[in-house]
Amino acid sequence: MAALKKSFQLKSRDFMHAGEASISVQNMLKQIGIEPALIRRVAICAYEGEMNAVTHGENGNFRIEVNTDKIILDISDEGPGIEDIEKAMEKGFSTATEEYREMGFGAGMGLPNMETNSDRMDIESEKGQGTRVVMRFSLSPGSRKNET
Amino acid sequence: MKLSELIDKIDAVVIAGDDKLDLDIERIGASDMMSDILAANLGTNSMLLTGLTNVQSIKTAVIAGVEAILFVRNKRPPQAVIDTANSHGIPLLTCPYSMFVTSGRLYAQGFTGLNGLR
Repeated sequence: MAALKKSFQLKSRDFMHAGEASISVQNMLKQIGIEPALIRRVAICAYEGEMNAVTHGENGNFRIEVNTDKIILDISDEGPGIEDIEKAMEKGFSTATEEYREMGFGAGMGLPNMETNSDRMDIESEKGQGTRVVMRFSLSPGSRKNET
Repeated sequence: MKLSELIDKIDAVVIAGDDKLDLDIERIGASDMMSDILAANLGTNSMLLTGLTNVQSIKTAVIAGVEAILFVRNKRPPQAVIDTANSHGIPLLTCPYSMFVTSGRLYAQGFTGLNGLR
């Protein structure tokens, strides 16, 4: 199977359309017959990541790649960056705006949710430059979390 | 319990998806925090109970696999949100009670949480 790739540009603070890239990815994975439990994990990671990029970032870029043995979600933005990644990973820690909280997000659960639902998550971020979150999902049967 | 039957227990009205009232609901999650719904270990036949009427409640339902949404305190989402729900086939209901009272009424009917526990 050749790698399947798709990418989306994310518009900053466009909460009306935020989530559409993730729903499109969810549909794409359904169409190619990925198992529902894995689709759900990928979709949740995609959505939390998309919401983060739309909220905090500028020029958000959302990419998905489906290979024979893994799915890679790569979400990046040119934004303020994350000052302290370790702190950002703590459940409940949030720098969200009131607008984002009104959307039902911003309670400091996004990154922990993404880490829980992916097999591997890497965050690169530089203050004032932006953030890139890459999540990987194993497609080989029987592979377990944290074995990478 | 079918959505059509559930409606009677909480005096709800249908805002969208009146062709989907045959849907069978077993599990319900109540939250205004969408990340909590996304973090839930959720099964099928589930419904979201919320006071959040913006478009992200619909998208959360689509992403998480929640099949219906019930708004409390007679809340009604704007038309654009109703349109989004219709495009994804998510039925929307609203009922007059608070989140607490709605939850209590539904719990008394035997519904479980999203993870299947009571």
